[in-house]
Amino acid sequence: MTRPRLRTLGLLCALAVSALSTPLAHAGKTLDTIKQRGNIQCGVSSGVAGFSLPDSQGRWSGFDVDLCRAIAASVLGDPNKVNFVPLNSQQRFSAIQSGEVDILARNTTWTLTRDASLGLSFTGITYFDGQGFLVPKKLKLTSAKQLKNAEICVQSGTTNEKNLADYFRSQNIKIKPVVFEGFEASFKAFFSGRCQAYTTDISGLAGVRNKEAKNPDDYVILPEVISKEPLGPAVRRGDDDWFAIVRWVAFALIEAEEGGITQANIDSIKADSKDPAIQRLLGTGEDSGKLLGLDRDWAYRAIKSVGNYGEVFARNVGPNSVLKLPRGLNNLWNKGGILYAPPIR
Amino acid sequence: MRQALLRWLPQILLLALLALLLGWLGHNVLENMRERGIRAGFGFLLEPAGFEIGESLFDYDASLPLWRAFLTGVMNTLRVALPASVIATLLGTLIGLGRLARHPVPRRLCGMLVETLRNIPLLLQLLMCYFALTSLLPDAADAISPLPGSFLSKSGLFLPAWHCTPQCGWDMPQVAGFGIEGGWSLTPEYLAVLIALSLYSAVFIAEIVRGGILSVSSGQIAAGNALGLTRLQVLWHITLPLALRAIVPALTNQYLNLTKNSSLAVAIGYPELVSVANTALNQSGRAFECIVVVMAVYLSLSLITAALMNLYNARVALRGAA
Repeated sequence: MTRPRLRTLGLLCALAVSALSTPLAHAGKTLDTIKQRGNIQCGVSSGVAGFSLPDSQGRWSGFDVDLCRAIAASVLGDPNKVNFVPLNSQQRFSAIQSGEVDILARNTTWTLTRDASLGLSFTGITYFDGQGFLVPKKLKLTSAKQLKNAEICVQSGTTNEKNLADYFRSQNIKIKPVVFEGFEASFKAFFSGRCQAYTTDISGLAGVRNKEAKNPDDYVILPEVISKEPLGPAVRRGDDDWFAIVRWVAFALIEAEEGGITQANIDSIKADSKDPAIQRLLGTGEDSGKLLGLDRDWAYRAIKSVGNYGEVFARNVGPNSVLKLPRGLNNLWNKGGILYAPPIR
Repeated sequence: MRQALLRWLPQILLLALLALLLGWLGHNVLENMRERGIRAGFGFLLEPAGFEIGESLFDYDASLPLWRAFLTGVMNTLRVALPASVIATLLGTLIGLGRLARHPVPRRLCGMLVETLRNIPLLLQLLMCYFALTSLLPDAADAISPLPGSFLSKSGLFLPAWHCTPQCGWDMPQVAGFGIEGGWSLTPEYLAVLIALSLYSAVFIAEIVRGGILSVSSGQIAAGNALGLTRLQVLWHITLPLALRAIVPALTNQYLNLTKNSSLAVAIGYPELVSVANTALNQSGRAFECIVVVMAVYLSLSLITAALMNLYNARVALRGAA
């Protein structure tokens, strides 16, 4: 508890100091700084199963983590040249504004306010999520509309609080939010029985139920999805080159899945494929990296290090993980989802 | 005339320099924020808050402007800080006296209490208190009724409330819906903060009280005894009034600490000022402005507390003493 607090303080100080110093003429090129420093500073959550979570050896894994690793592989040639900076939901925007992190991959919802007024830009959507409710099975609830006068545990500093208020106001139902600063405290209070329902993004609900509940079968997720939560990485405003790199590495992973390229078969496909689109992607055809300020193998290294989008999904939040989330909206556009990467050419 | 000028000129120059420095810093903050595309200003406080707050003294809902949300947070801070100050003072005085008791049992017990509570971080005590409350108490659906008309459960303590809208009468809490509805309720978050803050501050106050009493010269007490006063009379008429002079200034610090420590309540979901500010910060993205508001509020609260305590101190202090 003290560490994040100290970090908040440090961040605010950093922000204050950098804001106090004489105005800078130019922000400086992020890519140059990263190459000089030799690693990418990646802002992640302080522990959300499936998205970013350190194991007992301190090794990070998760959906957001893999994206940072892919970018590091692309830019620096090594997926391990990433320094993960755990941030709580209040710190995250200050961290990207002050330059403490180069990229914010912290299951952050893309909204107008954030995009237009916080000095950052979302590079795209990597995960389509929505907010839902987890309730104990014994309450025999079948709809969120039955939550009249219920106490609902929620974490502060998220879009969830506002969605919660919006949804129940539109339904003309009064509820009592119990707002916790930490993710941990919020679900602990719910499982101890303090609240009748727990709300967060559905990916989070699945993680909490499958990882934290004593008996996951005692809890159900209600059918209502009350918001759109498009999650994606964000970068500091004003460096379009860096913005483009982050955006296109994510597209390359999606493109790889569409082209059937996996971590396992990428080398043989690279050697044999005659498809010009695949050749461009893997650097055997036209040099697509040059335009991004990278070399021709940028996408090859990204895919080789973490796999294509489908593999990243399966490993962290899909069937091969504790979350066991269905692909749903996060499937390719030609497989019933809405993932669609612009062509790499 | 010339002498007056010489005396004042350096001071005026210093003030001007300070003003310039602050102006320059302020200008740079705004300039840099603008440069990075961060919008600045306090206008957002007038926009609708858009989020609910779990408990509030006055009516509050999400359609009210953001400053009302902040006000609700401030009221929640005061709602816990004021009663906690009173409880801590009473309890602290008792424990302090207990540590000076002639009997070893109360003396040792109070000593143990002081050493335990003041050496464990408040945040841990707060979390322990909260999780103890929420795990030990029964679910809202099977609330226990310690006294007729009152209920105790994970949803908190519900008591009958006297209200006059639309007609005067008792509003009795009832088992309904997900648990208990109606009446006057104290949430487990509130209770946990109140208990933890009161106990933590009480042991510090106990030490201050003990120190204050020990500072009273033994001659005064001997004089009281010589007059034939009982021990209690000596304590009430001689020791405590004299000890207050040493106690009050230190007590002021404790009240200031207590108010500021209430910000830890954010960890267990009590919607005090910092909790509301965190939410506001995240919804609006105005980190700088929200922190400024929180700092201004705590500063004002502290200055008011200090001013009141100084007034009181002036009354108990020795007349004519410097």
